[in-house]
Amino acid sequence: MAVTVPPRTDQLDRDTRRELYETMVLSRVFETEAERQYKAARIGGYCHLSSGQEAMTIGAMHALHADDLLVTGYRSHGFALARGIPPEAVMAELFGRVDGCAHGRGGSMHLLDPSRGYYGGWGIVAGQLPIATGLALALRRQGREQAVLCELGDGAVNMGAWHESLNLASLWDLPVVFLVVNNLYGMGTAVERASAEPDLYKRASAYRMHGERVDGDDLDTMIEAADRLLTAAREEHRPAVLEAVTYRYRGHSVADAGLAYRSKEEIAEHQRHDPIVREREKLLAEGVSEEELAAIDTHADERVAAAVQAALDSPAPQPDRLAYGMHGVGSAEQFARMRPGSAYGEEALTFDAGLGA
Amino acid sequence: MSTAEATTTTGTEVMTYREALRLALREEMERDERVFLMGEEVGVFEGAYKVSAGLMDQFGADRVRDTPISEEGFVGAGAGAAMLGERPVVEIMTLNFLLVAMDQVINHAAKVGAMFGGEVRCPMVIRTPNGAGNQLTAQHSQSFDGWFAGTPGLKVVAPASPADAKGLLKAAIRDEDPVLVLENLPIYKEKGEVSLDPEFVTPIGLANVARTGEDLTIVSHGFATVRALHVAEQLAADHGIDAEVVDLRSLRPLDVQTIAESVAKTNHVLCVEEGWPSYGVTAEIAARVQKACFDDLDAPVERVGMAEVPLPYAKELELAAMPHEERIAAAALATLGRAS
Ligand SMILES: Cc1ncc(C[n+]2csc(CCOP(=O)(O)OP(=O)(O)O)c2C)c(N)n1
Ligand SMILES: [Mg+2]
Repeated sequence: MAVTVPPRTDQLDRDTRRELYETMVLSRVFETEAERQYKAARIGGYCHLSSGQEAMTIGAMHALHADDLLVTGYRSHGFALARGIPPEAVMAELFGRVDGCAHGRGGSMHLLDPSRGYYGGWGIVAGQLPIATGLALALRRQGREQAVLCELGDGAVNMGAWHESLNLASLWDLPVVFLVVNNLYGMGTAVERASAEPDLYKRASAYRMHGERVDGDDLDTMIEAADRLLTAAREEHRPAVLEAVTYRYRGHSVADAGLAYRSKEEIAEHQRHDPIVREREKLLAEGVSEEELAAIDTHADERVAAAVQAALDSPAPQPDRLAYGMHGVGSAEQFARMRPGSAYGEEALTFDAGLGA
Repeated sequence: MSTAEATTTTGTEVMTYREALRLALREEMERDERVFLMGEEVGVFEGAYKVSAGLMDQFGADRVRDTPISEEGFVGAGAGAAMLGERPVVEIMTLNFLLVAMDQVINHAAKVGAMFGGEVRCPMVIRTPNGAGNQLTAQHSQSFDGWFAGTPGLKVVAPASPADAKGLLKAAIRDEDPVLVLENLPIYKEKGEVSLDPEFVTPIGLANVARTGEDLTIVSHGFATVRALHVAEQLAADHGIDAEVVDLRSLRPLDVQTIAESVAKTNHVLCVEEGWPSYGVTAEIAARVQKACFDDLDAPVERVGMAEVPLPYAKELELAAMPHEERIAAAALATLGRAS
């Protein structure tokens, strides 16, 4: 590890710790339900779960200020929930309904909510890094003291977009923290089989950027590191790489059993250090009662059940909204003269549907 | 060798499209030491879609090589290895991820033969499934076959049946030039008769009349051919229309001759593709058909493709955008001046 920071337990007051714990539990319950709904064919496409990664997610999000910006890959249910998107809107998105946070147009991989500074939810490995870099560039140009948190997987660090983004961020002193979620695998490929330098945080030094690795399964450690690096980004325009080591319990996506490349024993071993259990123990030590903890579990179950119901009640998008938002206002006129000779059905589907607002 | 054994190796067997691809890879790797497979998850994981199942066990990790997620790097490395006489088969998990390697494909691999004046060749195969649907949404649900087929220096094939999956992949591996093999996710599980002859190849540049008919020519490739064949049966049953289906198989080179011969007979043509029609494969065919078959045409060339939007997630929106069978059938009837 580049920097060994002792886990701090003093920084969170009891209420905050309990609230963060609630979000961790909510995320876990939500994911379990999402898998069930996927199997019941109410959710389609690709669906990536993050059970086991809750301390990393909720810790990083706690350090992110309300006016900071967030960009993630496709394993982002927990990020969306922790950012404050109501579980109803996340579940409705997974169900492809109009009340989804992406209007039912994105599904599991493309959650977003610009009103909360969440600029997506992207599906191409490392594709979100240049976007995050550009958001940070805009923040600098606009003189805003805000930071961008960009989540990516361990598999993304071998893409050109990673190297190019780190170089730009460092060269231009951009306020962006690249959060590398090292969950030990990219699909079925273990980090050492994919990365010639498996200490991923060390790669930051090639761009004279700060990099460090932390235990992503400890909430306090995550909060401390993310807070420190985001503060440096915000106040001193110093970009950084934060590598959080964690583990995903489920397969790569709901379609992958996750056992072809790792053993049941390995998964069980990681579950012994479950981040939610670790938080639970801290809360008990701080005097929170078993009853209170049980109530938190029940409350999460209720919220997720309500989210499913809300998603079911939300209408499906109308096909005449097919092209909605694709182009800016005024574009329909520009396209009007393209109609003659259109392919069969294209006019009605695209032009009549309204290209913009 | 007994007669019975001789018939097995030259006979056929019913297998899936996926198994046919695997058989082609296995046969070519057994035939030629220079052939090797590389791509994300092709080894230990046996392929994201299991095409390479069992191959690492048989040929080892050197010839069935897992790569990091770095398409630009390993596609370009495939081209470089091919320039020194290797026969790399590069698997891209889905066509969408070839976009990050576009520069290596279009501006490097495709240029080698001509830039070196034939002194150096680039016999690389890129194989990848494409297609739209299954709610995979904007970044994973698209086809831009035409972009590649419009690139001089590349060859592009798109098998629509298990037999052609084997035949075209083998032809691609044996070819002297970079060849893009467009496979298709929804067809991986389709079954059909496949030749067991290790010397069986499907020639590149030859379309296949997948169904003969008199009234209308439907031109398609890949999954659109599967849809077109269903629609043709429906048109026959419901409307007494006898459609001919020309399965392109090869997009570059394109067998315009087979299309023209068909249009001379039917005088009506409908082009179908899974991609966006503007500037697409159907656009190219329409342009060539109006010139080659001007006197034969009784109606304008019609086209059906994906609605020109990034694909949304919701089932209802996705369905509205897809070139599904109902839309193809309606376009066929419209071309013939018949009401649906
Ligand atoms: C450029 C590109 N190549 C391949 C894929 C297919 N793919 C999706 S996720 C993934 C693995 C990524 O692993 P990692 O970055 O470790 O993230 P994790 O899934 O573990 O969260 C792959 C290969 C893709 N989406 N984009
Ligand atoms: Mg990973």
